[in-house]
Amino acid sequence: MSRLYLARNPRVAARALDGEMMIMSGRDSTLFTLNKTATIIWQSADGSTPLDEIVERKICVEFDVERSAALHDAESLARELASHEILQISEQPIPPRNPAGESR
Amino acid sequence: MSVLLQEMTARAQALNVPLSVQLDLTYRCNERCVHCYLDHDDHGEMTTPEIKHLLDEMADAGVFILTLSGGEIFLRKDFFEILEYARQLMFCVKLKTNAVLIREREAQRLRDLHVESIQISIYSHRAEVHDAITLIPGSLKRSLDAVRFLKSQGLKVIIANVLMTGNAQDYPGVRALAAELGVECTLDPTITPMMDGDRSILGLGVDHEALRQVMRDPALVGDVDEFCAIAPPAGEDELESLPCSAGHTACYVSPYGDMYPCVQFPLPTGNVRTRRFVDIWRHSDQMNDVRSIRVKDLTTCTQCSHVSKCSRCPGLAFMEGNMRGPSSQDCEKSFARTGVPSANMLAKKRGGANLVQIRMLPTMAGAMA
Repeated sequence: MSRLYLARNPRVAARALDGEMMIMSGRDSTLFTLNKTATIIWQSADGSTPLDEIVERKICVEFDVERSAALHDAESLARELASHEILQISEQPIPPRNPAGESR
Repeated sequence: MSVLLQEMTARAQALNVPLSVQLDLTYRCNERCVHCYLDHDDHGEMTTPEIKHLLDEMADAGVFILTLSGGEIFLRKDFFEILEYARQLMFCVKLKTNAVLIREREAQRLRDLHVESIQISIYSHRAEVHDAITLIPGSLKRSLDAVRFLKSQGLKVIIANVLMTGNAQDYPGVRALAAELGVECTLDPTITPMMDGDRSILGLGVDHEALRQVMRDPALVGDVDEFCAIAPPAGEDELESLPCSAGHTACYVSPYGDMYPCVQFPLPTGNVRTRRFVDIWRHSDQMNDVRSIRVKDLTTCTQCSHVSKCSRCPGLAFMEGNMRGPSSQDCEKSFARTGVPSANMLAKKRGGANLVQIRMLPTMAGAMA
């Protein structure tokens, strides 16, 4: 099974408020909030750590959930965030980019 | 404001988080607008490293919406360096500018850095009127060219139209121009006193009749009857509510590092060059004084029939001498909107009557002569 890599989209604006992320879409200024689980995934989305590792190291440790169920939910969430252009997802590691969209 | 942003603002307020900050990068300007409240000389602006350090502190404090303004922001040679740094910190960045220095290249960079919006001051659709306010020939053309460059990059542009005597009849033309350009348009009849307290520029504000016309223009206010209706008496909840967001979820930092509750509320609360941003925000006596005010604490206004619907600005009230007092400009707006004078206006009228009585004492006048 292929691994999924996530990276924060540099186009968005984001800030944590009381442990939850506020994210403004760079596409149309729509505001989103992420719950604590989604916030952990967002904060761990560095482009180089695969989602299954994020789930195992962060989600399963923080919340008492079964790994395969957590990974399934996390993948659904990641794909939904990607559809809003909040996250980038790829089956390959994603090189970091600055807000101007240039690779660093 | 979206419902979600309202929710987040309420949470930020409960947590004492400064969700929104306006940072003026400079007071220098390439226009000389007749109504401007700023001293355009440079009295020691923050350096690039100082501003980057401040942005780090703001991000740590939870600031989400960062408005970069001035003066004219593009006069800072390090503007794009500051903007890029702010975006790396993932602020939602809004810009306020006259846009005279924005050409295609600058518009492309703003797009690449994903600024949320660019607000541009346009005073009239007629060059002779706009340029007479900015005192710079050709400035309307430059600003409108910039609007087109920015729009061509897909950026959100907002035209800000300040209403004053010199352009009082032109706002429909500005709105039509905005519609033609495909951008938003705001209208503000507020003239702000100079930051040093000089109130002479308030004479540029529109008169009662022009204000009344604006308040009753359905294109601006929608349902005129509803907008102009006299407010019901304030209930307990309204009296316990906050007068505005200044000092609660928002504040302002000047180019010299001075921090105030709002750009329009020049109550010094500390300087970020000598004290951490978050410490001023949380612990400044002045900031906490502003924070303590509820509508029920307002002198005069609590007796006013407009209290529950008034646009009263605590900063303008402060500049009149009392941040718990009325703001005469907002009294004028409530009066123009409803036809009912405010408690403050009635009190002033009574005060004026007393002065007339003193002047009408013939024996004393004779004695003095």
